[in-house]
Amino acid sequence: MRTQVTSVATVMGVSRIFKGKTGVVHALDNVSFDLKPGRTLALVGESGSGKTTAARVLLGLDTPNSGSIEILGRTLGLLKHEELRLLRREIQVVQQDPFSQLNRRHSVERIISGPLLAFNIGDKESRRDQVVELLKSVGLEKEHLRRRPHELSGGQCQRVAIARALALDPKIVVLDEAVSALDVSVRAQVLNLLRRIQEERGLTYLFITHDLGVAHYMADEIAVMFRGRIVERGNRDDVFNNSRHHYTVGLLSSVPLATPSATKRSREQVQALPSPGVDDACLYRSRCALGLGREDCKSTPLKITQGSETHSWLCHSPVEHG
Amino acid sequence: MKNALVVNNLSLSVPSAKGRVTVVDDVSFDIPAGKKIGLVGESGSGKSLTAYSLMRLIKDPVQIDKGEIFLGEKEILGMSMKDFRHMRGNDISMIYQDPMSALNPIMRIGAQIIESIRLHSDLDHGQARRLAIEHLASVGIPEPDRRIDSYPFEMSGGMLQRVVIAIALSGEPKVLIADEATTALDVTTQDRVLTLIDKLAAERGLSVLLITHDLGVAAQFSDDIMVMYAGKLVEKGSVNQIFSHPVHPYTKALLDSRCDYTIDVTKPINSIAGQPPRLDNRPDGCVFSPRCEHVQPRCREGVPPLISVQDRLAACFRAEELFHVEMVK
Repeated sequence: MRTQVTSVATVMGVSRIFKGKTGVVHALDNVSFDLKPGRTLALVGESGSGKTTAARVLLGLDTPNSGSIEILGRTLGLLKHEELRLLRREIQVVQQDPFSQLNRRHSVERIISGPLLAFNIGDKESRRDQVVELLKSVGLEKEHLRRRPHELSGGQCQRVAIARALALDPKIVVLDEAVSALDVSVRAQVLNLLRRIQEERGLTYLFITHDLGVAHYMADEIAVMFRGRIVERGNRDDVFNNSRHHYTVGLLSSVPLATPSATKRSREQVQALPSPGVDDACLYRSRCALGLGREDCKSTPLKITQGSETHSWLCHSPVEHG
Repeated sequence: MKNALVVNNLSLSVPSAKGRVTVVDDVSFDIPAGKKIGLVGESGSGKSLTAYSLMRLIKDPVQIDKGEIFLGEKEILGMSMKDFRHMRGNDISMIYQDPMSALNPIMRIGAQIIESIRLHSDLDHGQARRLAIEHLASVGIPEPDRRIDSYPFEMSGGMLQRVVIAIALSGEPKVLIADEATTALDVTTQDRVLTLIDKLAAERGLSVLLITHDLGVAAQFSDDIMVMYAGKLVEKGSVNQIFSHPVHPYTKALLDSRCDYTIDVTKPINSIAGQPPRLDNRPDGCVFSPRCEHVQPRCREGVPPLISVQDRLAACFRAEELFHVEMVK
């Protein structure tokens, strides 16, 4: 298949079901995406949409109920323990909370050299040189080596986490809400840093965020998730300027913009309903201005519409433009 | 216009290894009746402590060193706590970031609203319950007569924040403080909750202090904007003045460093170099001078006062000059 040649990771028809007291939750419902080398895919959606579960499944931290995941040509479920361990060198993660993802009792040097130790790379001296190099590449100094997380600011901790993720020179980095906890001015620094590092190292990013602005800035391709499904997927221009799913449109118009000229724009509010129609074919139907009155949205199963080579959506009656 | 709230020269400090350090520094502002003021700033800028002072929720080790706060005609900082308790909820109310921790998790929401209503009136339980249902309906909770018996864990974050708003407004206050009240909510929910606050404020002539780190939220839901940095109020003006022609270098840098989906993705974002000063290490002179690209020697020596520049207030020696440079561009 062509996609496998051009992808560093492929997620195919993955579902993950959690069983709880009140019923089953489809955290991922037939989700497919692929990561192209040197590019960024953003998964966007609100809390509970399944974006973090998708990341966990890709990282091998969670096992899907069905579907397959291939990373660099290897199928995740079929690997032996040692093979999986070696594969982890190639896919690393940076998480949301700058402080809790770092061991607060360890120095910055020990934190960043952790992955090197785990794989027995180099000796003490060469590891230190490497850590200093990594620190420089994320905009920190040698003087930070001996510091512990509590002596650093949130932005600096996030830089340390990024340096640790880069230590093994991976092909793929999963960034799970990696800038969400940072203040505006610091967030901009870290985003610029991530883009620079990607360019220098040819990294592939899976960028998970609820912030559409961040997705817009970082991603070549964007997948919008709603209740465990990818409802729209396309490149930046497709999703932001030519949105076809009603949820994408509602999401975009909900973002308050810091531009006075946008103050008076008419805004399409996404409705909240107390009891979502779980049996509806389209899970967005109960909140959708159009779908609520349509029978097919209730009973006819949805199929992915491939509008162009890059743009697809999951909707019976997509938004028309022009 | 009559002011609902006036703050004069408010200063707060906290203890540190180097002695007490100032965290809110000589802040003065007022909120005209019926206006919505957005207070923006990054974490540590002192915006929440300013809000807590208005509710008299400042506790050890934080201290109010000086200042006056007038709520209507009355000065509240010099008042006894017993007297102020009658004003809290009746004259001024606050909603917080996390609705789950603002509510008692093992009490039905109805009981919590009724408690608040009866504290501020002499209604009996039955009357208060009927009023509570009305309040729930007015904040857009569907089936209020049924939901009144729900526990907090049975409701979503957006619905809980509506309950908190209903409680905050149950004493019919004149001033409402919203401290990052929608920060924990999803963007579609945030939009609905802010629209609700907007509508209620208009209906009741409320004065609102909207505290947020989100420039978009401030731009869309305020009349006037105040910008705080490292405990200082650095600029104050109308939404249009602040967002179209900011004069303080920090305001301008903050706006330039935003990342929403309208920015040019082909260039790096203009981020502000460095980071906000540590509390125990505030710079001499202008607090923003170490990160400011327009810094001059005088900025490191004297503290620029908040003065009128181009129909707004700004605390920068070069504000007037920079405004004209910007205009020429």
